[in-house]
This record gives sequence, structure tokens and C-alpha cells, in this order.
Amino acid sequence: MTARARINGEDAAVEAATVAELLAERGVDAAARGVAVAVNGAVVRRPDWAGTPVREGDEIEIVKPFRGG
Amino acid sequence: MPDEGNDIFAVAGRRFGSRLIMGSGGYPNRQVMLDSLAASGAEVVTVSIRRISLEGYAESMVDLLGGRYELLPNTAGCESVRDAVLTAELAREALGTDWVKLELIGDRETLMPDGVQLVEAAEQLVRSGFRVLPYCADDPILCQRLVDVGAAAVMPLGSPIGSGMGICNPFNLEMIVRRSSVPVVCDAGIGVPSDAALAMELGCDAVMLNTAVSGSSDPPRMAGAMRRAVEAGRMGRLAGRIPRRRYAEASSPQLGLIGT
Repeated sequence: MTARARINGEDAAVEAATVAELLAERGVDAAARGVAVAVNGAVVRRPDWAGTPVREGDEIEIVKPFRGG
Repeated sequence: MPDEGNDIFAVAGRRFGSRLIMGSGGYPNRQVMLDSLAASGAEVVTVSIRRISLEGYAESMVDLLGGRYELLPNTAGCESVRDAVLTAELAREALGTDWVKLELIGDRETLMPDGVQLVEAAEQLVRSGFRVLPYCADDPILCQRLVDVGAAAVMPLGSPIGSGMGICNPFNLEMIVRRSSVPVVCDAGIGVPSDAALAMELGCDAVMLNTAVSGSSDPPRMAGAMRRAVEAGRMGRLAGRIPRRRYAEASSPQLGLIGT
């Protein structure tokens, strides 16, 4: 089933059923250090990625540390 | 009074030998950044938190710097309390750390901190268990407000971010230092080593800088200069400056001059 969600500020059609599947679908290495995810303004901790569903209309942020001052 | 070998910079429950905090932005390439950070002697390096680019997968700052430096995430670019708080929470999850350099800018042209929102965001984050280091204006009253809500340090600017204008209001900075019950880190505006030395001479506990090194013609050399400047300024502060006088005071004996 495809859900419409907003991923990092862009509308997207998502096949993934969970946050963990979404990361895999997006080519994000879930084992990589430094990745963090928020769904609808709340951080989803790494151990909960597999159990957190992606639902229609969700706003999802996938971030990591970059250079900065 | 501590000697130089025992002069620890204690902030947010951490202890460091270096009083120079370095940014990791704007270097011409990765190697120059690594060389510059090494030459700076810094133990703390700031990073930003950004959306993962879904096209390219850039190298991980955690893998690059994580073992060697304590990473201090910032909320650079955030313009609302909500965005800054969520960015801090994402940073805590991403880096497994409890401290954050809280930046809440008022607009993108000046990059000046929004003091009103800053206090609100700091208060929220402190309540959620963060150690908050707010980047703020060089305003002693605002700094006190930030301390009142539980900030672990204050980071007043010397001048606007990336401007290289140095310390535009040394009197304010000195006043902040004199009144502050938490460490004061002069952040932003440093252009040359003498600016960093001045910040330390005024009594700041540390200096944070980025563009002054990353944008210089020879970043590792400038990083070494900044390291020495911070050390010199700190030693000068601890040694205690002479009072300013309006007129000369001879340092040679006044008696025994020949020809008198």
C-alpha cells in the first residue's frame, strides 16, 4: 500500500510500512552512526524504527550531522 | 590561581584543556579541515544537523571526527522555537549527547540571535534535560535571563557571524564576564588572532570560531595562530593586566641618571 507522506520537506509516495523500511527504501544505511529520525515533530529513537509505522500524511525528518560552526 | 598546565575549562559537566572551540564549516576540503582542527588544539568541534540528502550520501561527520573530538551540535539556521527544539532533540539522538549550541536567528540577513525566542527555547530544552549553550547577543541582561532559565554557558557574539569584525563591544563582553555565574564563550565575529586574544584578556572562558580559520588563505596556519592567541590571552588574563593610565610612568629608575 502506498502512503503519501512528506519526507524532508518534499511530498513523496511511500511503499514502506515502517520507519526502518523507509530508511532502507531511501538508501539510508540504518547502521550508520549519526542518523536521527522525527515523525510529526517527535524524535523516533533508533530502537523504535522497526516498530514505528509510516502513515498517510506523516511529516518525517531524516537528519544527520554536517559541517557547521 | 591555576598554572597553565592545570587550567581546566569546565563547561556543561565536561572538562577540557583547550579553550578554543572550532567550527567544522566552510573548509576548502576535508583534509584541510582535519589539519586545521589538529593545529587548533581544540577538543570540542561544532557540527550542524541537516536533512540527509536523498541523492548523494556524504561522508559521516561522526566517523570523521567522533573519536577525536567532542562534537557539539548546533541549531544553526533555526528561526523558530519549534524548529530549534526539534533540531536539538534530533541532535541528541544522532550524537548521543546532551549538550547543544542553541542558535535561534532573527533573520537570515543579519544572522543576529532572536533573544526572545532564545530564552523560551533554552528553557524548554533545559527542562528536557539538555545542557544548553545559547549563542546570544552581547547583552548582559539577556545573558542573565539565559542563566536564569538554566543555560550551562552563554555564548555572546563578538560581532555578526562570519563578519570577521572582531569584538565590537569589549565593554559589554567584560560586563557579561563580570556578572556571569556560568562560563562565557565568545562566539562569532573573530577575524584575526588578536581578536581571540582580546576575548580571553577580557575574561572569557573560551573562544568559538570558524570562518576566521576556514576562510583564511592557510587554514592550518591560522588555526595554530588562534591556538596561541587563545593561550596568550588566557595567560595574560590570569597574570592580571596593569591599570591603564592617562600619562606615562617610567619603568627605569629616576635616580642616577648621568649628566645631572
